Amino acid sequence: MQNSTYGNLTFSTVKPGEALAKAKNMKPVDIIAAMSDSGMKGRGGAGFPTSIKWNLAAAAKGDEKFVVCNADEGEPGTFKDRVILTDYPELVFEGMTIAAMAIGAKVGIVYLRGEYAYLTKQLEDLLAKCREENLLGKNVLGKQGFDFDIEIRMGSGAYVCGEETALIESLEGQRGEPRNRPPFPVDTGFMGRPTIVNNVETLAWASCIIAKGPEWFNAIGTEKSKGPKLFSISGDCEKPGVYELPMGITIAELLAEVGGANAKAVQIGGASGQCVPKTQFDRQIAFEDIATGGSVIVFGPERDMLTVAHNFMEFFVEESCGQCTPCREGNAKLLEGVNMLREGKCSMSYLKELCALGETMQLASKCGLGQSSPNAFLSIVSNFEQEMMGRTN
Amino acid sequence: MARINKNESRAPRSMQISSFPELDDPKAIGATITAEIDGKDVKVPMGTTILEAAKKLGVRIPTLCHHADLCVAGVCRICVVEVEGQRTLQASCAYPITAPIKVRTYSAKVRRARRHILDLMLSKHYGECYACARSNNCELQALAKEYGVDKFRFGHPSEPLFEVDRSSYAIHRDMNKCILCRRCIRTCIDLQEVGVLEVIDRSDKTRVATFMDKPLSDVICINCGQCINRCPTSALRANDPTDELWAAIDDPKKHVVIQTAPSPRAAMGECFGLEPGTPVTKELNTALRRCGFDRVFDTNFTADLTIIEEGTELLLRLYKALVEKDETVALPQFTSCSPGWVKYLEHFYPDYTDNLSSAKSPQQMFGSVIKTYYAQKHNIDPTDIVSVALMPCAAKKFECNRPEMTSSGYKDVDYGLTTREMATMISEAGLDLPSLPQSDFDDPFGQATGSGVIFGATGGVMEAAIRSVVELVCGIKVENLFDHADVVPVRGFEGVKYAELPITAVGPVPEILAHLVPNWDWLKGATLKVAVCHGTANAHRVMEDIKAGGKFSECHFIEFMACPGGCLGGGGQPIPTSPEIRAARAKAIYAEDSGSEVRKSHENPAVLELYSKFLTDGPCGHKAHKLLHTHYTPRGKYIT
Ligand SMILES: Cc1cc2nc3c(=O)[nH]c(=O)nc-3n(C[C@H](O)[C@H](O)[C@H](O)COP(=O)(O)O)c2cc1C
Ligand code: SF4
Repeated sequence: MQNSTYGNLTFSTVKPGEALAKAKNMKPVDIIAAMSDSGMKGRGGAGFPTSIKWNLAAAAKGDEKFVVCNADEGEPGTFKDRVILTDYPELVFEGMTIAAMAIGAKVGIVYLRGEYAYLTKQLEDLLAKCREENLLGKNVLGKQGFDFDIEIRMGSGAYVCGEETALIESLEGQRGEPRNRPPFPVDTGFMGRPTIVNNVETLAWASCIIAKGPEWFNAIGTEKSKGPKLFSISGDCEKPGVYELPMGITIAELLAEVGGANAKAVQIGGASGQCVPKTQFDRQIAFEDIATGGSVIVFGPERDMLTVAHNFMEFFVEESCGQCTPCREGNAKLLEGVNMLREGKCSMSYLKELCALGETMQLASKCGLGQSSPNAFLSIVSNFEQEMMGRTN
Repeated sequence: MARINKNESRAPRSMQISSFPELDDPKAIGATITAEIDGKDVKVPMGTTILEAAKKLGVRIPTLCHHADLCVAGVCRICVVEVEGQRTLQASCAYPITAPIKVRTYSAKVRRARRHILDLMLSKHYGECYACARSNNCELQALAKEYGVDKFRFGHPSEPLFEVDRSSYAIHRDMNKCILCRRCIRTCIDLQEVGVLEVIDRSDKTRVATFMDKPLSDVICINCGQCINRCPTSALRANDPTDELWAAIDDPKKHVVIQTAPSPRAAMGECFGLEPGTPVTKELNTALRRCGFDRVFDTNFTADLTIIEEGTELLLRLYKALVEKDETVALPQFTSCSPGWVKYLEHFYPDYTDNLSSAKSPQQMFGSVIKTYYAQKHNIDPTDIVSVALMPCAAKKFECNRPEMTSSGYKDVDYGLTTREMATMISEAGLDLPSLPQSDFDDPFGQATGSGVIFGATGGVMEAAIRSVVELVCGIKVENLFDHADVVPVRGFEGVKYAELPITAVGPVPEILAHLVPNWDWLKGATLKVAVCHGTANAHRVMEDIKAGGKFSECHFIEFMACPGGCLGGGGQPIPTSPEIRAARAKAIYAEDSGSEVRKSHENPAVLELYSKFLTDGPCGHKAHKLLHTHYTPRGKYIT
């Protein structure tokens, strides 16, 4: 486990209870406006503007609404949510409470990755403390009519259950398989009710934004990607761990920070992200260039990129929910292709065919898993052409 | 007519789309929206799927996991289209139109994706088309042709990956042919609410399986075969006995007789290119003779017999309950002619087996009559008789193999044959059904009544029973109550129908029932309450209501059919099926009733003759009980 955190995280500067005390006196529209002014976009990977999500759920009709914290953190190479849940869980719970004020929810659910079960005791204790201090429960902090409580539910190890609709299916006791979208969870979510699903980090930042003001957040980052971001750095570098860095940082800058300057490639966004070669290290990590939920895996000069591709494809063949044809069968075909390449049995024309198949998977799969599963394969084949071509027959 | 509210669907929500617009949104009611599909505009109600909107324009989008009877899945992805402004392709079956959109249904991206999806399916689909029961009637094969598949781009299995499950009397499962469209699962869970099939495992190991992967014979499958009707390939098929049957026909020692149920003749034409709803009753008789059957009988004869036995049983139950104040009498009485329903009850409501009429189904009654009465009358050794039943049904194959179905001293019915299997036998005999001359059924069971015919549609048994009860009990012509003797309140495809029949006057007890009750006075002023339901999902609803002491618990008689639409939608009927196709078949059935000379079961001369010459102690008498009645097994759901 990579536990080291480098530098001071902003989270350590926000006192527990600070954000909630402020939010208590804000109207739902003001909370949403603050999120909008901050320019906050979801930290779970997709980068959907948080204020829009909250606004849609606030406007949606429903006898009940739900706030779900996505703590399934399953993307290979990601562990920043674990750090947040270990060191700053009160910010996450506060963020959920603030979101609940904004949309009118009474129940919050933390969907915790199965492997993080060891955190439950600690989190439950904190929840109990929050209830004692009236940070949760009836008339939270004396705010009349605002009741909110949080429960923790365990995931059981399926990567796809991090996808928000599969997560909801799982919460409802069904097989964790993504739903058709539309309708979206903000309209038809948990138990068919309006539901927002937000990443752990998103919710923690929400607390900071309320506590420190949206201007502070908005001043950091690029035009389209605002604020600081937590990164989980792993692989061939000197200082793997969790970093808080501004959005828009270039890969080269990041590598300098973590001691990975001699990297040959970097996988950004985990298994479903893309593999960036040295020649493109001047690119920015931002929603408008290379987006990521926080996973950065550094590959040193010795790495065999085909082995890397093999690892990723094995992961997806294992994790596809098996619902839709392109992802269910396609990933297995791509993995088979990687194996053929390794054995020198893949023809150029078949490799081309596989790349076309990868594009179909990106376009026609039902959920983000299938849509992004060929990314690593496709980017490795195109960015490391020389390495690949030598392997075709 | 009351109706039970359509319960929410039990299918996982991942397989549904929410219904736009919300009904309580006044702005949205009646709102329409314009979509542009392949350059043509179409106005549709808010929330219409792209697939439906395209249909309106006459634009065909291929589908596999979509089915008119089932909730949306959006899993096969063959129906993807390009929606302007969307990064990814969208499944048109699952995409509700809620804002003006521009759609392209056959752009280069779309065509390539579809071709890839087919290639991927074929890479896992073991088997060759020419050695397949569904050749020419297979949706995968049709699409492969449509999209010009000429090679297996991503390979093709050369060995079967799964063993075929042939454990069930009714249904065989060959997972080598499965393309994971999950229609069978949605049929079983959502349409029928039985829930035998589910997905297990994930990724490319995903497959459809039974509980603990047990053979189909060992789980709570009710054999309705609805999954077969909705399988796009040959992964699910009926247990086909035609080889054995041909052998029997070819054996000169064997006297092979066939009874034909009302529904196959209303649907068989579909297998020969005729429009659904084209009746082929008399052509079929000719075809069966030419195939080599020695006698061709009409199951309607025993449908009429069923009405007499089951109706008498009902009257006796009522007499015991109302006059003798016997509180142990099980009411309401449930019909028992649908073997899928019977097994459903045995599994899901084992405490209610006493409510099932002990009368056998028409198929099984015919079986015992043929190997006793008919054999004696024609001096044929019953061991030489091969008794075949042409049925719209998969569950009939199970029913004829129930160990208790041997009251003739032999296996009462040797083979249950589906409409589809018979169609194959006919074409194997080189016959073109539609162009054959017409011929009648064989004696001694003669022409049956219209009441027997309508057994094929939901509500038919009830209608036939009402026709007879009104005349036998009230002593009036049923036409006085219902125009043209059409008991309209119990007709139609509503999931559950309910009707009341006040008995304001009673007539004398007819001779045939005179040995059972002294008079009908005790029924005077009573109101007969009946209900009709089809599809086990609806049966589930009615049974739960009965358990809770609701209004259906006050019924006297309830007709249950396992299959949606009744027998005409049975698991042995031609594929495809849809609400429209079933409605067309129903029309054919009611037309045959309407045109029948005799339309009431108790007026069937052959039935009356059977009672006077053979079952001489009358309906529900000792002999009838031995030959025409049966018992049931409370099975429960826990299977070892
Ligand atoms: C296959 C897959 C796995 C995902 N896993 C996670 C996850 O572990 N944690 C997470 O926060 N979001 C995950 N997401 C993204 C969620 O679907 C969703 O977009 C996110 O929780 C929204 O939160 P945000 O707006 O705060 O980023 C995943 C998406 C996909 C397609
Ligand atoms: S893309 Fe993959 S994970 Fe997503 S629904 Fe399809 S099979 Fe399941």
